[in-house]
Amino acid sequence: MKTVIIKYNAGNVQSVMYALDRIGASYLLTDDEADIRSADKVIFPGVGEASTAMAYLRARGLDQLIPSLKQPVLGTCVGMQLLCRYSEENDTTCMGVFDVDVRRFPGNLGLKVPHVGWNNINDLKGPLTEGLPESAFMYFVHSYCADVCDYTVATCDYGRPFSAMLQKDNFYAAQFHAEISGNVGQRILENFLKL
Amino acid sequence: MLTKRIIPCLDIKDGRTVKGTNFVNLRDAGDPVELGAIYAQQGADELVFLDITATVDERKTLIDLVRKVAHAVNIPFTVGGGISSVADVSALLNAGADKVSINSSAVRNPDLINELALEFGSQCIVVAIDTRYIRVELGAEGLEQSETALSATPSALSSELFDHIVHTHGGRKPTALRTIAWAKEVENRGAGEILLTSMDTDGTKAGFALDLTARISAAANIPVIASGGAGSMDHFVDVFTTGKADAGLAASIFHFKEIDIPELKGYLDRQGIPMRLTL
Repeated sequence: MKTVIIKYNAGNVQSVMYALDRIGASYLLTDDEADIRSADKVIFPGVGEASTAMAYLRARGLDQLIPSLKQPVLGTCVGMQLLCRYSEENDTTCMGVFDVDVRRFPGNLGLKVPHVGWNNINDLKGPLTEGLPESAFMYFVHSYCADVCDYTVATCDYGRPFSAMLQKDNFYAAQFHAEISGNVGQRILENFLKL
Repeated sequence: MLTKRIIPCLDIKDGRTVKGTNFVNLRDAGDPVELGAIYAQQGADELVFLDITATVDERKTLIDLVRKVAHAVNIPFTVGGGISSVADVSALLNAGADKVSINSSAVRNPDLINELALEFGSQCIVVAIDTRYIRVELGAEGLEQSETALSATPSALSSELFDHIVHTHGGRKPTALRTIAWAKEVENRGAGEILLTSMDTDGTKAGFALDLTARISAAANIPVIASGGAGSMDHFVDVFTTGKADAGLAASIFHFKEIDIPELKGYLDRQGIPMRLTL
């Protein structure tokens, strides 16, 4: 099986690579179109800022390539946000796979922003959370989040409910960092690779 | 519900843990990788590795260590000690660290916080603040410290002459910075979290600096990790309730098994403090 991690400017993908090492999965880190198209599984990670990341993807045509992929694609953290329609972070038009907007956590709820730490995910649906208990804890670090919508397959609550995971056709996405979310996070990666 | 975090801290020198540990099941008591993995399995929410020497020669050892930890551990970990440039941070993140912690270098050059936040994102920039409650005097150039609170005669001095002052060099050198103002400044410059260590309570096992922690937590809208003074499970209850901390950090009480992490988290959970329970 060929797993590709998309290489772009959105930060540190080491943790994802190490998590795949722990599972015993091999992978290729690349931005090459042919390699990405021929992969069995595609992981689209991301930390960093949305507009800079989108500009980079556009300059290389990856913003057209990614939504056209037919194999299972997993976007994580900022990778998930970039698969949505729009992000409030620097007024960024994103790739629009998921017809939902990404908004900043309001600063007026007495909540600290960013949302940092372990929070539980609920209303679990779909294959990636198979075998996970309701209210499993995942590690989150983010200031922006996608609203709950028709594609939501896991919710989380921080001041208001938001989408912890999304799924539409072959596109899967998680706002949390499964790669550093202990054994339950590892299970999500294993479930994705088994698709 | 977002949970409060329990964070063991490992002091590292030459790629080895400095303080001994009571983990009889360790093959190598000084191996930070093995110890970190055990803490992760026990339900620690994050790990902090503090390189206490961090000279240029030792950076390579540290990078190797970070790589091994990242392979072995499936929870977030932070690396601190001797970090003073974008290149330092880049090397650590590329080796697999999830966050870095900066301290003296941020005091020396506050713009470093902005630079790092812009380059890597606030989420991975922790600013460590070591603080001590001391007597201060206002000099021509602002604030200068004189003597410590302990050596002053309390009755002879107005409490207004005392404040929480930021220290560097492992808490030995006072600066001109008032702690609460500095906490707000590091937030405004882009820090993602504050690691607050009270040098007054550190090592005492008499409890965290609750009042200061609560004031910092109220002043800054970013998470505060409280450190210094943990000696009992109730001290953790206090730091999350009265102290309003988002995370509690400790070293030797975990290493010497005076407090067992699963037992601590179970206890805090029963006290109504949101905890991630594993196992």
